[in-house]
Amino acid sequence: MDSLKKMVVKRLAAGAVTVLVVSILIFVGVEALPGDPATAILGQQATPENLAALRKELKLDMPPHVRYFSWVSDVARGDLGRSLTNQRPVAEMIGWRFSNTLFLALAAATVAVPLAILLGMLAALYRESWLDKLLSISSLSAISFPEFFVGYILIAIFAVKLGILPGVASIHSGMGFGQKLLAIVLPTITLMLVVLAHMMRMTRAAIIGILTSPYIEMAKLKGVGRRRIIYHHAIPNALAPIINVVIMDLAWLVVGVVVVEVVFVYPGLGQLLVDAVSKRDLPVVQASGLIFACTYILLNLTADVLSILTNPKLRTAN
Amino acid sequence: MLRLLEEMLQRGEISRRKFLALSAAIGASIALPMGGPSSAAFAAAPKKGGRLRLGLQGGSTSDSMDPAKFNDVYVQMTSMGFLRNPLVEIDAKGNAIPDLAESWEAQPGAKVWVFNLRKGAEFHNGKSVDADDVIFSIQRHQNPELASQIKTLVQPIKVFKKDGPHRVIFELEGPNADFPYLLADTRAPIVPAGTTDFEDGMGTGGYQLVEYEPGVRAFAKRFPNYYKAGRAHFDEVEVTIMGDVNARTTALKTGQVDVINRPDRKTAHLLDRMKEIQLVNVKGGLLYTFPMLCDTPPFDNNDLRLALKYSVDREDMLKTILRGYGVMGNDHPIAPIVKYSAVDLPQRAYDPDKARFHLKKAGLEGETFRLHTSDAAFAGAVDAALLWQRHAKKAGIQVEVVREPVDGYWDNVWNKKPWSACFWFARVTCDWMFTMAYAAEASANDMHWKHPYFNELLVAARGELDDQKRAKMYGEMQSLVRDEGGVVIPMIANMVDAASTKVKFENPAGNQELDGMRAIERWWFDA
Amino acid sequence: MQFLRTLRQTTISARIGMAMVLITLLAAILAPVIAPYEEAEVVADVWLPPGDGHLLGTDQLGRDLFTRMVYGARNTIAIALLITCLAFLVGVVGGLLAATMRGWVDMLLSRIVDVVMAFPALILSLMVLSIMGASIPVLIIVISLLDATKVYRLARALAMDIEVMEFVEAARLSGEGTWWIITKEILPNALPALIAEFGLRFCFIFLFISALSFLGLGIQPPAADWGSMVRDNAGAISFDMMTPLWPAGAIAFLTIGINLVVDWFLHRSAQIRAR
Repeated sequence: MDSLKKMVVKRLAAGAVTVLVVSILIFVGVEALPGDPATAILGQQATPENLAALRKELKLDMPPHVRYFSWVSDVARGDLGRSLTNQRPVAEMIGWRFSNTLFLALAAATVAVPLAILLGMLAALYRESWLDKLLSISSLSAISFPEFFVGYILIAIFAVKLGILPGVASIHSGMGFGQKLLAIVLPTITLMLVVLAHMMRMTRAAIIGILTSPYIEMAKLKGVGRRRIIYHHAIPNALAPIINVVIMDLAWLVVGVVVVEVVFVYPGLGQLLVDAVSKRDLPVVQASGLIFACTYILLNLTADVLSILTNPKLRTAN
Repeated sequence: MLRLLEEMLQRGEISRRKFLALSAAIGASIALPMGGPSSAAFAAAPKKGGRLRLGLQGGSTSDSMDPAKFNDVYVQMTSMGFLRNPLVEIDAKGNAIPDLAESWEAQPGAKVWVFNLRKGAEFHNGKSVDADDVIFSIQRHQNPELASQIKTLVQPIKVFKKDGPHRVIFELEGPNADFPYLLADTRAPIVPAGTTDFEDGMGTGGYQLVEYEPGVRAFAKRFPNYYKAGRAHFDEVEVTIMGDVNARTTALKTGQVDVINRPDRKTAHLLDRMKEIQLVNVKGGLLYTFPMLCDTPPFDNNDLRLALKYSVDREDMLKTILRGYGVMGNDHPIAPIVKYSAVDLPQRAYDPDKARFHLKKAGLEGETFRLHTSDAAFAGAVDAALLWQRHAKKAGIQVEVVREPVDGYWDNVWNKKPWSACFWFARVTCDWMFTMAYAAEASANDMHWKHPYFNELLVAARGELDDQKRAKMYGEMQSLVRDEGGVVIPMIANMVDAASTKVKFENPAGNQELDGMRAIERWWFDA
Repeated sequence: MQFLRTLRQTTISARIGMAMVLITLLAAILAPVIAPYEEAEVVADVWLPPGDGHLLGTDQLGRDLFTRMVYGARNTIAIALLITCLAFLVGVVGGLLAATMRGWVDMLLSRIVDVVMAFPALILSLMVLSIMGASIPVLIIVISLLDATKVYRLARALAMDIEVMEFVEAARLSGEGTWWIITKEILPNALPALIAEFGLRFCFIFLFISALSFLGLGIQPPAADWGSMVRDNAGAISFDMMTPLWPAGAIAFLTIGINLVVDWFLHRSAQIRAR
């Protein structure tokens, strides 16, 4: 188990370096954007004198490296700073939205993951059957429609025509848990369709890959029962790649849902980041960028650890 | 899935034929007068109660509640009797009427203005409004470090004087007959003196802020001690920011909200035909402009500017870009709804021959002119430029449409590239519009147009209290901008919002969207 | 001949897939010939129903929808194909180099890829596109570099697996250079997986461009592209008009077609390997 711990520590250290590099890149990137928060805030009303005044107020007149290091030292002390545009604490703005993003991702994953694995296994075990073909065609269609279009179609059917579900998922703190759940049904289905299809296809491919591998063929020749092959060989060995896919899809659910947020007016992190980029609100862009990077790195690590733990060969090697 | 598509096809077929019949009718009549809904509303007196839910575009996660920084629609609305009030209100006819100020008068010469405050008006925290609050709220915009949006507007106020708790005297640099109008601005609401944190939305408005998440949602309850009788009829108000136009439309259609702003003009007539939805289409003053820099060749040549002015088919623009929800522009910025608008000036029309003539006179035949545009300037600006390109071609004028990124447009393109696209809300007075963007020294003079005689007239008209003389001066100025100015204004859009038919209102104002941004304070529920 | 023989062995679904891809490609290549109007020509009233000289009706500005569809195929496919090729060029070369040279080359490339991947692709491209302006060259470079990271990972993993095999070891011992090993030993063995990935990656890029167009930063008008066509006409759905279904259907049509072909190809190469 020691080598596993060592690996985790090493990967965490590498992750920390990556996060630092990401933060530098974001900083340089936002600096490189044409215009600055002052011009973005004042817009059409900008005059030379109020621009200068606003720059001073936002401390934009300081050299870039000074601003970057003061930001880094603040973050190291656990202070994410305040938004340049409305002076609200960044932690507060982001915390609420990140929990919304997680809520939606979790809702989609809760339904999609078990269903995808179950369907993927069925498709693999009954390969070339009508069930397999049906699942294959429908999952293919689900991936092939752009998600914003799936969203609009769902809204047109369930909100406008049938009127049974809300078409706008603008949840807020005044809503009860049940109300929130009802509000996110359509965005959840939209996201679910995308990840469900993807996970299912990968699960099917992983299990088929194992079932056609030489050692399973060997086991079959030796006369091992079908049930035993599936439960003792195919599934345990397919677990690692399946976990990998599931976790990467979870990462996508957290970071890749800007489009769904826009379609359903869902107050998640993606919209905040897009707004902040357009207003050059550096502390907000930085903080959300860091959250995304950490999510990705941690989930990646989790996938690797889990696949080591679940892989019989690697486990015994340790 | 296939069955579903077939079904949608079938349904689509039916309503599209209906749509065709109707679109013909709409194409025929431009700018529908405010008919049906409001005439019904006349009969019934406003009722109290209910929760008004609005789905608005024009809010962002970076919005600040500090009036000096207001830019987006939502935050500006909070100043208009929702959470806060300015001293002066603009009514539907464009007159200045009392709000927090009870009355005002100019001393002879229009340099000194005396404002009497309404007694008994109080902030949500119970403090009553006095002269100190007024002076604090206006004077702070002069602070250069605040970088207020209306710094140039309040700059001419030289002295703020308190004359008892309920009277404020403003002494101006020079005479200004329209001074009260300036105090009706959305950035000039009255806040308690000494406020440093504006995020709680403290003010005197009809509603008290309960919950607020910038760019997402605001929830407010009726303020029981609101000083205005016959206003603020709802019990509660909930604003949800919805940037996506389809989301707003869906929310209105499914009854998730009662009012939306900026419905898609392309589908507005379809929305209007739904039984439970009314279109609030008010003849208004959203100017779509194409400024040319008059100090940059080749646009320093007035003949070229005239050639371009004649080279655009305004009727086609009105039909295609505004879908009939607007009027043709006449290359001057005073919309017909504004007092002193020179509506008798002949309408400039599409005339390829005249355009060709002026192009030849300018000696610029065969040149290509680059029009820098982006949908950041206004919705449909790129489409408008592409249409214009086709119109101009018929007059032998080559226009190249350069599509600029939305992001950073105001910073890098507008007022920098020699020919670009822009929008302006018609200001409530001629003086305001001209001073802001047409005076030689104005920083927002996006044409770099410096016309000495025009500037003389501007100052003279500002101090002139005689109505007829003023009308004549403003008429002459509009004609100068039209024929010598550096801007093509092909169209002026109406204010178009949409609401549930349960919502009632009377004669909505067209100076800003949503009844002059006062829908929350003015409108009510029927049932 | 070999080609025809292979074609005869295909499954029905693969043939359907090939037909779908072929139809779209033909439409794209022949766009100027089959389109009845100019790409951005306003020809009639907005949102006319199909019929009356407009096979699929007209769009939100009164342009012929069928014309927009075939030009859309041309623009979108050309750009997506270019991006996929660039991504593969960069990704495969990088991945193979990293796998064969190991050491600091591998270390450096892999770290760079990690950093890029740690940031959500859609948001990263939104940022870059707003810095540089949403022009087609920028679009191509940004997306191809983003996708190159994913190709890199696959190519590197494949090459790592092949690299430890005996025949590569043998070649190395007999003194063959890195370049020879890559082109003669590793690449041919990794090719089936890479080709399959090429098809799938093309679909992802295709959908990704539509998503960017939806957010207003993809291919810019007046050039037609399917993603923006869906977005610009989306409002029509809730008014019972099926205008946006055409471009959305076209996106799905091509994606499904490619997937069917790729599925068959993977299946076939697995069979060949098994033999």
